[in-house]
Amino acid sequence: MELLYYPGCTLKTSAKDLEATAMKIAEVLGFTLKEMKEWNCCGVVASLTDDDLMHHLAPLRNLIHAQDEGADKIIVLCDMCANTIKQTNLRVKEKPENLETLNSFMDKENDYLGGVNVIHFLEFLRDEVGFATLKKKVKKPLKGLKIMPYYGCTLLRPREVAIDDAEEPRIMTDLLKALGATPIDNPFKIECCGSYHTIDEKEATAKRAYKISNYARKAGAEAIMLSCPLCRYNLDVRGKDAEKIFDGYSQMPSFYYTQLIAIALDLDIDCCGFDSQEVDPLPLLREKGVVQ
Amino acid sequence: MTKKKATGERGKKADDKPESGTYEIFVMGKMYRVPMGFTIMKAIEYAGYQYIRSCGCRAGFCGACSTVYRIGDEQKLQFALACQKLVEEGMYLVQIPFVPATKAKYDLDKLKADENVILSIYPEIARCVSCNTCTKSCPQDISVMMYIQCALRGDIAKAAELSFDCIQCGMCAMRCPADIKHYHVGQLARRLRGKYIDPVSKNLQTRLGEIEDGKYDKEMEELVTMDDDKIVQIYRDRKIEAQGDLEGGD
Repeated sequence: MELLYYPGCTLKTSAKDLEATAMKIAEVLGFTLKEMKEWNCCGVVASLTDDDLMHHLAPLRNLIHAQDEGADKIIVLCDMCANTIKQTNLRVKEKPENLETLNSFMDKENDYLGGVNVIHFLEFLRDEVGFATLKKKVKKPLKGLKIMPYYGCTLLRPREVAIDDAEEPRIMTDLLKALGATPIDNPFKIECCGSYHTIDEKEATAKRAYKISNYARKAGAEAIMLSCPLCRYNLDVRGKDAEKIFDGYSQMPSFYYTQLIAIALDLDIDCCGFDSQEVDPLPLLREKGVVQ
Repeated sequence: MTKKKATGERGKKADDKPESGTYEIFVMGKMYRVPMGFTIMKAIEYAGYQYIRSCGCRAGFCGACSTVYRIGDEQKLQFALACQKLVEEGMYLVQIPFVPATKAKYDLDKLKADENVILSIYPEIARCVSCNTCTKSCPQDISVMMYIQCALRGDIAKAAELSFDCIQCGMCAMRCPADIKHYHVGQLARRLRGKYIDPVSKNLQTRLGEIEDGKYDKEMEELVTMDDDKIVQIYRDRKIEAQGDLEGGD
């Protein structure tokens, strides 16, 4: 079955490993992620200003592209893209007068009719594939791997577009269990990674990474599982920077959930792109006997 | 899918007009009556203006004569090259002789054609909100917003391809609410593609060698000293894309 897939800029630049692993997983589960013919930047951050319609144009344009391809849903991998496009989708449904203004601004494009659902890939795996089905496909259970699920902000907030409960999410814990890993619960799972402060406040972001991973380690975790490319960048690259700030600290490795699924499904490990990570997760995987 | 109704297209259609006669146009608010069938540039000269800027090749290539106009009380503002677009009844015209948009300084030899190179030189492309105003203002009908989007996602080859017909008139940069200097971004993409992505052209290498060896210097000298009538005749008799002269290609 073919699914229309919205990539987003990051998936084509710094998160190629997330895209590659998701594509492979989808294939094993009997789906093809078909990239949209035309797409643009998602808008990055959903505007909180009530009367700022300009920033809804980018997400809305993507919804129109999906509609033009005859799709009733798009699969999104990046948390920020999913969040931004979902928020605009919701906004134009709740405020048809806003949709009218936006539609009339774009003039040549087709009007958006509101019929496209935005679905995060993680959501798709839970709701449409089912973790029980996924579990049956696991060839190499991630036995003995103690992992902290890390959600960050945009998967869970605001509530209207969240894929799980904002305070007590369990989707990642359930996924880890299905893959045979040991989830390590931790209040830091819903803390912010520092987000785009990574650009102008590198040290502050490095300290966030330190705080999050250090707590995870104390709780017994050996690695972090996450979904958002920006969280991953901060916990990997800025986490590595933290080693220079805190004596004797070493950053723990982080995985996209898709990388862990790919390993559990025994897919070619090359698709995981571990060599592009600052903190190499391979030694841990080897130690646990999950990979050779 | 519903196609939007064009809002406020109240201008008269050209079909309703006789084939010869005059049009009423407005140059910076002042009314003139000019012959039909003239380009905007000719019409403005007919009205008595002399170009000292906003005019270059007069052949649609140089991008110097970008023109903004609105017909009557139509809602849409339109964009064209004065040397290409024919005048229409009720055009309100203004020309933009210069665009303040400086090209960034970079050394092409020191760049790498990786995903973030354009973003590092023109970081403002990340401010694009996909409003598409740039595309609407392009007299060359280029998908300007889309090539900026391709640059943003590191697709240099596509950004170069989409921007290929750009003549650097700068209308996109003048209209952009995010102050992006699109045409410089497109130029960088094309340079990167030419230098690092596309295969080296065999014909170009051969031709460069010929230039070094002065292969056509004698012929060139003849042309330069030839009298006008003869050179015009030679131009008229020229062969275009003489097939068979080229061996292979890229």
